[in-house]
Order: sequence, then C-alpha cells, then structure tokens
Amino acid sequence: MIPRFLSVGDRALAIEFGDAIDRGVSRQVLRLDHAIRADPPTGIVENVPTFRSLMVHYDPLATSRANLEAAITRLLDIEREPPAVARLWRIPVCYEGQFAPDLAEVAQQTGLVAADIVALHGAVRYHVYMLGFLPGFPYMGDLPPELALPRRADPRVRVPAGSIAIATTLTAIYPYESPGGWHLIGATPIRFFDPSREPPSLLAAGDMVRFEAIGPDAFVAIRRSIEHGDYVIESEPIEP
Amino acid sequence: MTPGFKVLSPGLHTTVQDLGRVGYQALGVPVSGALDPLTFRLANALVGNAEGAAALEILLSGPSFEIIADRVRVAVAGAGASLVIDRGARRVPAWHSTTLSRGETFEIALGHRSASAYLAVEGGIAVPLILGSAATYVRAGLGGFHGRALQFGDIVPIALDRAAERTEKRLLLPLSTTDAHPVRVVLGPQQDLFTDDAVTALLEAEFRISQHADRMGMRLDGPHLRHRSGWDIVSDAIATGAIQVPGSGQPIVLLADHQTTGGYPKIATVISADLPVIGRRQPGDAVRFAAVSVEEAEQAAHEAERMLAARIASFAPVPTHSGDIDLNSLYVGNLISGVVTASE
Repeated sequence: MIPRFLSVGDRALAIEFGDAIDRGVSRQVLRLDHAIRADPPTGIVENVPTFRSLMVHYDPLATSRANLEAAITRLLDIEREPPAVARLWRIPVCYEGQFAPDLAEVAQQTGLVAADIVALHGAVRYHVYMLGFLPGFPYMGDLPPELALPRRADPRVRVPAGSIAIATTLTAIYPYESPGGWHLIGATPIRFFDPSREPPSLLAAGDMVRFEAIGPDAFVAIRRSIEHGDYVIESEPIEP
Repeated sequence: MTPGFKVLSPGLHTTVQDLGRVGYQALGVPVSGALDPLTFRLANALVGNAEGAAALEILLSGPSFEIIADRVRVAVAGAGASLVIDRGARRVPAWHSTTLSRGETFEIALGHRSASAYLAVEGGIAVPLILGSAATYVRAGLGGFHGRALQFGDIVPIALDRAAERTEKRLLLPLSTTDAHPVRVVLGPQQDLFTDDAVTALLEAEFRISQHADRMGMRLDGPHLRHRSGWDIVSDAIATGAIQVPGSGQPIVLLADHQTTGGYPKIATVISADLPVIGRRQPGDAVRFAAVSVEEAEQAAHEAERMLAARIASFAPVPTHSGDIDLNSLYVGNLISGVVTASE
C-alpha cells in the first residue's frame, strides 16, 4: 500500500500505512523504521514506530518536510526485510491470588474458568507492536479472541508495577506503578525498564513474547534473584 | 562540601530541566525538558553556559534557596520574575545575571506575568545524566534531582564552587508577554476526523487555559470540538504541541512530559516557534489559534532561531551604578524591537 505522509507540526512527520491493528501494517511500519535507522536522512532526530504509522521527529532547522518526504519515499522504494535483530522473550508470570486481581472478573465476563484463561494467555507468541504510555510499556498482540474484552469501565488509580494486563485484542505489562484501565490477570517479577541498562527497555517493537505460568513461590524467588543481579531472562533471536 | 543550593521553600513545582531527553521515545520515554525552551536558553546564555545546561524550571510559584558555595553566578529568566536576595535587601530583575555568596538567601518571585521561569547557574546544576539528559520526568521518577520536584531541605548540587570573576550581563530586549497574537498551528494530523465546525471553532474562538494544566498538557476551556464519528483511534505517536481532543470535545495541548503515544485524534499541532509562548501561559489566560502551512512554520522556526541569536548577541554589561541612564540599552532596545516577529 502507498502510505500517507501527515505533517505533525513542523517537527514531526507521520508515515501512515493503515488505520487498524494489523500484523501486515506493523511489518511495514517496522521495515521503514529499520530502513531509516540504517541510513538516516539529514535532520532526523528519532523515530517512533506505532501500530499503524511511523513518526519521524525532525529538526526543522536542519531539514524540511519536503526534503524528508522525498528522502523517505526513496527508502520506501527499496525492498528491504528487517534483519533478525528481534528476540523472543520468555516471561514468567504468576496468575494466582493477589497477583491476578481481575482474573475472577475476566472469568465471569468471558464465561471461561481461570485455568482456561491462563492456558489461553500462555498459548500465544505475542508480537510487540509498539511501546508507549509509560517507559517500557509494550502493546502486544494478538490475544486469543476468547479473551478480548473492552477496558474496565472504572480505571484503577494505582496499578502495581509488573502487572500483566489485557484489554481489547492486546496484552501489556505495566513497568511502573501507574493509573490504568486494563484487566490485571497476573504479575511478573521481571523489570521491563531500567535506565541504567543499555538498552533501558527489555523489549523493542518487533520482538516476540511468550508468557510462562509460575507459582507465587517462584515469583518471590525470581524477584530475589533479580535483586541480586543474577537472574537471566530467557530469550532467543527470532529467525528472519 | 559539595557546592549547591539548599531549598528553604520548594515552590509549587520546581524541577531540574534541560532541552529534553532525545532518542528514547520509541521505548516510551517522553522527551521532557523545558516547557519554554527559548527562555531556558536565554537563562543559560546569561550565565555563560551552553544552551542545554541543566537549570531549574519554576512553575506558578517560586522557590527560595540558601547559597552553599563561595561564589555563584545565577540568572532568572521569565517575564515579570525577579530575584529577591536576603529577604529584600537587594533585588535583581529577570534577564540579568548576578553573583551571590555563601550564606546569602534568595527567592525567585514570579510576578504572575508568566507561568514559568528559569534559574540558570554558571556551570549548571550537577545532577547525573539519565539516558543522556538531566531533564526530570516525575511520572517515572527519571532524571533531574532524584526524579522528582524539589522539596524542603534538599541540597541541589551545582557544578562550580567559585564562579568566574567578570562583568554581569543582561538582556536588552526581553520577550514580550502582552501577547495578543494567536498561537500558530499546523492543522492535523487528524483534522479530517473532526467536523468542519470544529476546525472553524478552533481557529476562530477564544479558549482559556483551564486549571487542569501541568507539564504533560493543558486543557482548554472553550467551545467543544466535535468528532465526525468516533474519537477512539488506533494509538499513534504524539508530538509536543499536538492538540488532542478526547471524547468530551475539550482540547488538550500536549506539552513536554506528554506520553509518546496516544489514542485520541489530534486536530492540530502548535508550531515549534510558538511552543515557548504556550509554555508561558497560565490558567485563566486566553488563547487563540491561527493556521499556517508547514512551510510557514519552518520559516518561523528559522526566524525564531535568528531572533534568539540576535538577543544573545545584544547582551550588555550590567551598569555598575544603577542610577545612570543607559543610552545604549535604550538605543538597542528601540532598534531591535522594530523587527520583533509576530510570534512574540
């Protein structure tokens, strides 16, 4: 598809590939993101890939929308597959008791039992479409359709850090305590954002995530191990 | 002992800022940095710093400090602001550098003509850079002074214990604040999701900054802007200055601490040359918008940069005898105010 170029003031240009949450659209966004990072046109400050578009933040003193559009159009014409920089991460999640405050409500709304919800949530390899909302907050999909629910009518003022949440066709992790309107079905001891790490975010757009159920004892043990700095999160490169 | 400022009263929301944390928006990290980067850069220039050196941003009410260093050069920048030294023994207006000594106290009085002011110190505030920046992002506790606004009793570390001995500087042509000019916007990226009446109202009606204004964004009171059909879009990225309109129809201008992505349509985006103007507005202030093309916005960005350079080039020494009439300042002020652009 031919993308739309949308001016966002004089310091950003959005290149929009569609208007839906869709893996094909996401692939095009991430491909252009990679092409620009590999060979950045003059004046680009940073890129932000999202579900359906790539935002290019630029310095209007160093380039112009007209120059950028021309340079990006040339990059779009080059067929280029992203190389295998993405990774598949295995994330331990406790779906029990206090770690899963909304599990019963989700069961009620979906007509499933808790064990089915856990099995369904863990059965899928999720694609990281984008990060946003908070540092390191991943929007991942797609959820098994049986788990798709609208956001909570009554958002929480305080969602604990590490919460695993679902809403609409997506699942996410809250890296920080914050307000939030998604359904909390579990929690992970893994830290998804740490400014002293390079890169500071565990996940990047284009990565894949698999959740693996653990019990409360394992949660506590892993958290202790992370605090001691000797926990290694399992991951592997994704084949191109 | 580490040189610094001891916080005697913190003000409403005083944070360490710079020109922003660039390069991590793809990981969900907001840019943050000064709400009014133009005034911020002038403050640093007045004390001889690089334009992006870490300095304090003061919002709505001013803090007071005690000097814990031998000799400190500071400048406050912001319309109507001033430094009140030793409980009023000495006053230094905004846009002047001055030197303070150990044990002296000073308050930043805002004067209520601008929502924001900046205090720059020669050598800069000495906080560690987090992801390449000293900017404070309070929601995630990132950067600045322990990731938060200043509190009573904090000692804000500064880089220099003894500032250089030299003549103080002042700005001859302060930024004007009686700003009847509309704030310029580029329509979009999603103006096509709004009714024609909504776009007309944005450009013709008067809005007021509501009480709901902080470093993330300011809600505007005024006509509600109606969407053609739904308002829940698939999230995309946000630029500083974007005017997003949630289901209520009440527009929100997104500022330095805005989230990197969001799911509400953006009817227009404030141009970069006018972001500093927005950063000075306070609750209750009126605001109007006017649409320009991207090309005009880009020209305005170049013009704003030229004006800043002209202002810095025209810094003058502070007269040592305050009673003297400063003919040079009058002359340069008249000369340059004739070419001040419509944005200010």
